[in-house]
Amino acid sequence: MNTSIDSTTHQTSDSRQTLITRPDFAAIAAWITPQSSVLDLGCGDGTLLRYLQTNLNVYGYGVEIDAQNVLACFENGVNVIQSDLESGLSGFESGSFDYVILSQTLQAMKNTEKIILEMLRVGKEGIVSFPNFGYWRNRVQVLSGHMPVTPGLPYQWYNTPNIHLCTLHDFEALCSQHHINILERRVMNSNKKIRLLPSLWGTLAFYRFSRKDGSE
Amino acid sequence: MSDSQSIGIVVPEQMQFQTPLALKSGAVLDSYTLTYETYGRLNAAKSNAVLICHALSGNHHVAGVYADDPRNAGWWNNMVGPSKAIDTEKYFVIGINNLGGCHGSTGPISINPMTGKPFGADFPLVTTDDWAETYIHFADKLGIDRFAAVVGGSLGGMSAMQLTLNAPERVRHAVVIAAAAKLTAQNIAFNDVARQAILTDPDFHGGDYYSHHTLPKRGLRLARMLGHITYLSDDSMASKFGRELRNGSLSFNYDIEFEIESYLRYQGDKFANRFDANTYLLMTKALDYFDPAAQYDGNLSQAFSHTKANFLVISFSSDWRFPPERSRSIVKALLDNKRHVSYAEIPSSHGHDSFLMQDAYYHQLMRAYMNNIMV
Repeated sequence: MNTSIDSTTHQTSDSRQTLITRPDFAAIAAWITPQSSVLDLGCGDGTLLRYLQTNLNVYGYGVEIDAQNVLACFENGVNVIQSDLESGLSGFESGSFDYVILSQTLQAMKNTEKIILEMLRVGKEGIVSFPNFGYWRNRVQVLSGHMPVTPGLPYQWYNTPNIHLCTLHDFEALCSQHHINILERRVMNSNKKIRLLPSLWGTLAFYRFSRKDGSE
Repeated sequence: MSDSQSIGIVVPEQMQFQTPLALKSGAVLDSYTLTYETYGRLNAAKSNAVLICHALSGNHHVAGVYADDPRNAGWWNNMVGPSKAIDTEKYFVIGINNLGGCHGSTGPISINPMTGKPFGADFPLVTTDDWAETYIHFADKLGIDRFAAVVGGSLGGMSAMQLTLNAPERVRHAVVIAAAAKLTAQNIAFNDVARQAILTDPDFHGGDYYSHHTLPKRGLRLARMLGHITYLSDDSMASKFGRELRNGSLSFNYDIEFEIESYLRYQGDKFANRFDANTYLLMTKALDYFDPAAQYDGNLSQAFSHTKANFLVISFSSDWRFPPERSRSIVKALLDNKRHVSYAEIPSSHGHDSFLMQDAYYHQLMRAYMNNIMV
């Protein structure tokens, strides 16, 4: 789901530059403790993981299904496990990572609930980002009788990979239903953090969450 | 990849070992010879050595050609060479004919110094453990403390894994392709049918066919035909041969009618003329015995807890001999130990033999991984 960047970059400075152009990655990286272990689901070409490795001395793996992305991960020098997230994370032991990241992939998955629960089985904390369907432009387009097409959701209804779009409220309701503790939320529009009416003004939502104590 | 990128003319060499080798079976070889080839140059730090482990019917001739036999290109010539995925301009690449082989290393066809006759049936069974031991002694002689990488497909992948288990300090990267952490009952069953074909051939003479001046070619041919079926996929056979008839119509007899029969018989004959039956038996046993988890109550994660290498594990979608889930169990064991590991499952229609094929994506992956190894 990540946009393609020059995957042959090997220098730290290039990784930093890459991060500047991806504010969503910066938002996630800000939540990661140095030297922690990370599983990056749908890791694309491995840019985020490479950044975390280089700058935060993080240890981890990417999981990716797309062959060209797997190759890009190899070129980026990050560990990648080619696997289909839809079938879960059975290859990973429970509690084996500090963080499990799912960046802008949740909305394109069939087994949405399953992957969220799997993230919290395998990781101590989960981090997801997804496009906010409740963004005001999306709402306006629906009200005018059309499926929304916006920079954050650039597809037509007939060719979109996004099959499980949700609003901030929807995601939070799902978390509460599964006894998931939301630790932190950040909502963004382009490079800006949105504090006022985030469910209306935000295009991209980030959540850091964990299991409620005692829940499975 | 054009032939201009071939390593060119290569020359096999031999290394003698006089220190007795205690084998896993309990037998001892007082001395032995390993036949090998090398490509590229060992750097001053001796940090760029890559060992290629061969599969069941392979040998030390990995790349290049022989001056007197320019058509006999190495079995992995498409992978190993200047500017190829395993780049001989960067790496010092080593191919060793495994102990027990029939291409120059000590094996059943070698002369037993005790009797002055070929070992034949007296040659002890060897295992991947024994090979790992010989690889270490070999590296010692060249002053190589650590291999930059150990690479192998199928049985070669198992040999590579074994070396990371037996000598963790001596392998920086292991590339394990189309392999498994152990054989299944079905895998062993196929091997045993192959063995029975050889063992019941009247020309086998209990393994001492050399002194009877004959070869159990019928058995070896059948063994190879059976093996060959398991190395291909149903789809690749269907697309290559289908139900094509050799002469256009049925002839209602047992001669070659279908093209697949012609192909298999040809492959069987070719193999029976170039390979030693005792070596084939022994190699299939090495496959059957490979099971590093056995000494840990079947816990593969525990077995891998001793490894220190970084791993690349590769499987092929159409490989039903060692299918992708077998590779995934290796990956799981490495993940459980927080080892650096990458895993790729390559779409392919060629079955188990895919690891030998020229495939752009497969070679790109190998190249990318090998490029990132610092020497």
